[in-house]
Amino acid sequence: MSGPTDGAARDAGRGADWEMVIGLEVHCELRTATKLFCGCPNSFGDEPNVNVCPVCLGLPGSLPVLNKQAVEFALRIGAALHSLAQSSIFHRKNYFYPDMPKDFQISQYDVPINAGGWLELPSGKRIGIVRAHIEEDTGKTTHVGGGGRIHDAGYSLVDYNRAGVPLVEIVSEPDISSAEEAREYVEELRAILVATGASDGKMEEGSLRVDCNVSVKPLGSEELGTRCEIKNMNSLRSLGRAIAYEAARQAEVLSAGGRVTQETRHWDEAEGRTHSMRSKEEAFDYRYFPEPDLVTLAPSKEWVESVKANLGTMPAQLRRRVADAAGVPASSEAVSTVVRLGLEGLVGAAVDAKADAGLALRRLANEVAGELGDGGGHNLGREAFAHLVLMEQRGELTSAQARSVLKIMVAEGGQPEEVASRLGFKALGAGALEAVVEEVVAANPREWERYAGGDDKLTGFFIGKIKAATGGNADLKAASELLRSRRGAS
Amino acid sequence: MSSPAGASPTGQGPVPAASLSGSCAMSASDIAAGVRSGELSALGVLEEHLSQVERWEPEVHAFNLVTADAARARAREVDAMVAKGKDPGPLAGVPVALKDLLCTRGVPTTCSSRILAGWRPPYDATVVKKVAEAGAVAVGKANMDEFAMGSSTEHSATGPTRNPHDLKRVPGGSSGGSAAAVAAGFSALALGSDTGGSIRQPAALCGVVGVKPTYGLVSRYGLVAFASSLDQIGPFGRSVADAALALDVISGHDELDSTSLPGDPPRAASRLGRGVEGLRVGVIAELAGAEGISPDVAAALDGAAQSLAASGAKVEEISVPSVRFGLSAYYMIAPAEASSNLARYDGVRYGFRSPGQDITEMYMATRSVGFGAEVKRRIMLGTYALSAGYYDAYYGKAQKVRTLIIRDFDSAYSSFDVLLAPTSPTVAFELGAKTADPLAMYLSDVCTIPSNLAGHPAMSVPFGKGECGLPIGVQVLAPALGEPVMFQVAEALEAAAPLGTGDPHGEEAK
Amino acid sequence: MAQLISEQEVAHVARLARLALSAEELELYTTQLASVLGHAGDIEALDIADVAPTAHPFPLSNVFREDELRPCLDRQEVLAQAPLVESDRFRIPRILSEAQ
Ligand SMILES: [Zn+2]
Repeated sequence: MSGPTDGAARDAGRGADWEMVIGLEVHCELRTATKLFCGCPNSFGDEPNVNVCPVCLGLPGSLPVLNKQAVEFALRIGAALHSLAQSSIFHRKNYFYPDMPKDFQISQYDVPINAGGWLELPSGKRIGIVRAHIEEDTGKTTHVGGGGRIHDAGYSLVDYNRAGVPLVEIVSEPDISSAEEAREYVEELRAILVATGASDGKMEEGSLRVDCNVSVKPLGSEELGTRCEIKNMNSLRSLGRAIAYEAARQAEVLSAGGRVTQETRHWDEAEGRTHSMRSKEEAFDYRYFPEPDLVTLAPSKEWVESVKANLGTMPAQLRRRVADAAGVPASSEAVSTVVRLGLEGLVGAAVDAKADAGLALRRLANEVAGELGDGGGHNLGREAFAHLVLMEQRGELTSAQARSVLKIMVAEGGQPEEVASRLGFKALGAGALEAVVEEVVAANPREWERYAGGDDKLTGFFIGKIKAATGGNADLKAASELLRSRRGAS
Repeated sequence: MSSPAGASPTGQGPVPAASLSGSCAMSASDIAAGVRSGELSALGVLEEHLSQVERWEPEVHAFNLVTADAARARAREVDAMVAKGKDPGPLAGVPVALKDLLCTRGVPTTCSSRILAGWRPPYDATVVKKVAEAGAVAVGKANMDEFAMGSSTEHSATGPTRNPHDLKRVPGGSSGGSAAAVAAGFSALALGSDTGGSIRQPAALCGVVGVKPTYGLVSRYGLVAFASSLDQIGPFGRSVADAALALDVISGHDELDSTSLPGDPPRAASRLGRGVEGLRVGVIAELAGAEGISPDVAAALDGAAQSLAASGAKVEEISVPSVRFGLSAYYMIAPAEASSNLARYDGVRYGFRSPGQDITEMYMATRSVGFGAEVKRRIMLGTYALSAGYYDAYYGKAQKVRTLIIRDFDSAYSSFDVLLAPTSPTVAFELGAKTADPLAMYLSDVCTIPSNLAGHPAMSVPFGKGECGLPIGVQVLAPALGEPVMFQVAEALEAAAPLGTGDPHGEEAK
Repeated sequence: MAQLISEQEVAHVARLARLALSAEELELYTTQLASVLGHAGDIEALDIADVAPTAHPFPLSNVFREDELRPCLDRQEVLAQAPLVESDRFRIPRILSEAQ
């Protein structure tokens, strides 16, 4: 069938008749020094086929031995997701594919190390976690000819450097109900994985890979629809697009009286659509059975407890702390922005300096976040930032001035007084501003009479006069505040 | 038996390839003692074995590859160590045959399969390292049933091995090349692997001692896997003491094998020379009386039991009911694991490739040409046993039977120190006798399989001769890590074996 | 006795295992597999629903290695074993849309 266009997809997917049911499977590469079952380096971007040994090449006679650090990371992830750490075993998942050296994958199946759990989105909604299990990664296949596309390629080349790299696969419940929410989930999960130290969270390097199961059902229906698994989304943006497209495609099929086939579909970023991955009918039959070369993985109670005790602060906790300090709801966007960018320490600095934490939060969520974009570092010192907030709070700098100073401090660092004086900003204390206001009122008695009589249109007139009189150094908000209180008193 | 000189070079008629002389007739411990003391040179010992190989290997075909040059170099090293006053180790200068599924660095390792043609492993199996470090000299890679699947060494891409006692007959399998090499004096010791009887059955058929140790006692690292939860490497020797010597060299924990047992291994030789007075020996009723046990084998088992009783052991019959289901369970579990273990032979990274237009065509062409019929049969059987809809009925059920067998053995070992059973239901059969009927071939393993399913040790000791004067083996079974008592009883059987049997020198040599 | 496994099932299993069978082989293997499965009928009939399965002879647990580097293989040695190599990678025929 031909798919709807991207725009139509969004409309149909969000249409009134259907709702989306989405579950995500996130594969996270663990930041171990070595692979899951051998001592080869776990590193990205090396020359092909240099990080290989008999074990990760699946040579006859080789045997796997489990990397303890990978288990430690898996336990941390489980703890962060409120999962139950349990005695577990490994299975073999059997299927032929050239990027798998043994033509089976060692993975945990029905008895994973982490069972159940949940993740809290910044909005406060909880997404259930089914499991977070350990498995090995595959090698990488490059398709040659046919523009690098798998179906049209003349032949393929395989590099096994990545084969055997440890992964934790986190499977969510189908609790996600929109493409936007799916992105929020992945962002939150990424933040958690990075906070545990288990992952570098680099989606662009493939450290984090997302597959999703999408189905649609009539609005309000209890019954789940047939789902499709979508693969090959390599950014949050393509995740969102793929879900929107796929939901719309399914809605269109169902609206036309058709049936959705349960299958795996491939997201084509360039075309903006999903394709069915298999042309021939062959039922998936992975012939799982317990991996006889490995023994039971039963982390001790002490180990699990110590992982929990040493787990750093997770993003949701940070958000709560920041929100409490700033006196705003934890679900506010400013809070999640600040935590997402790792700026919560600067809110803490403001609190420590007895500065206005709410003001600090706003400056961070707006000006600093704006400067940083989606990432990158800043040069703000804790005390310098707190001091800047205090200066603005005390009226020693106007908000406009404070914002200008802040932008420079983000880029270059430095102390706020020094930056402000470099920019020629003078402190204009509250008393001085009051005097200017009196001057301007005295000089424009008729306008004042109209303003005092309730004509708000004249606010701009007075502010303009005050700005001119102070050479732009006045805190204009404070000035309008003064004007209003003078009117009330008169 | 007649002398080697009178043998027919075409393999017709009774040919005593198993007539031994010189160091080829010596025990491994005597060779090692001689080499360590300087009375024997490792090179001299090797040359005698190589000339025995030269004379008889064209008839027997025990080897896929004889590594004569490497062996000579190694023997010279051993001699040089002795000359410098260093001890080469407990296997100093002992010629050893390695089953061709043990990885040997830079030396072709084929598992007797076309699919591994030309493959040279980039690493040594742990046991290969261990025997080398003990001073042994590897003489070659021994023939076997392809990927250890078979009981006759007829399923080999390089052609069958023949029994040194009768070249018209099979040596048993799958480690038939290893057993034949020891019986024919090509090596004093050999290493094989035993998944369902692949050491013990050929040992019985070739009239040598063969041991399947406790699962996990010997590292499997570098053993090309057949069925991982059953496979275990073990030694062949011409005497119980030699087999114990070899086992004590190769056993022990290995951090490269997750299933390797922790701690110090029991010493196989620790109870030798103690006799069997007071030991409790149970004869497994279900195996002694199993369908297909030939009268000569049954008589040998009786004789063995009586000899132990005569030596002061308390011998009784014991029922281990669930062993009757061992064969069925085994032929679900082993092929299932094999179907997965053998998936990697796909023509991508090593070994044989047959071309194809696309990857699936290439896979199918490679595997269809590269694997022999028996391997394909078991891969399909195992794939079926694991496939959706059949797992519970076959693989799942077989694993439960395994539990029953372990329970029954545990219960038997609460009253007995060791158990006794036939090794093979019959003496060596003729080539081709069972190749057309896989099930008949599978039934050869009925007595050996239960120990693999339980993970327990068991060994075969020659005891008397049967039909056509061919060797018979009796099996001693012991609980997990019960190797010392198992060898103790095996030694008593060896001493009590009827004259001229259990000794491949033949009656004339006596 | 009813055939325990059909030719279609054998063909399916052969396909899963990436084995190509001729018509004669298919017929022969079907008969032979049926005979082995027939023998396994004795355990099929066992009522052992309550018995726990044994996947492994000994219940070992928690065997680990430390996260320490070990030497890798020499790439040339590895690639020298491969049927076909290009740009230091293993070269394989194209992968058709049938993914798994
Ligand atoms: Zn490796």
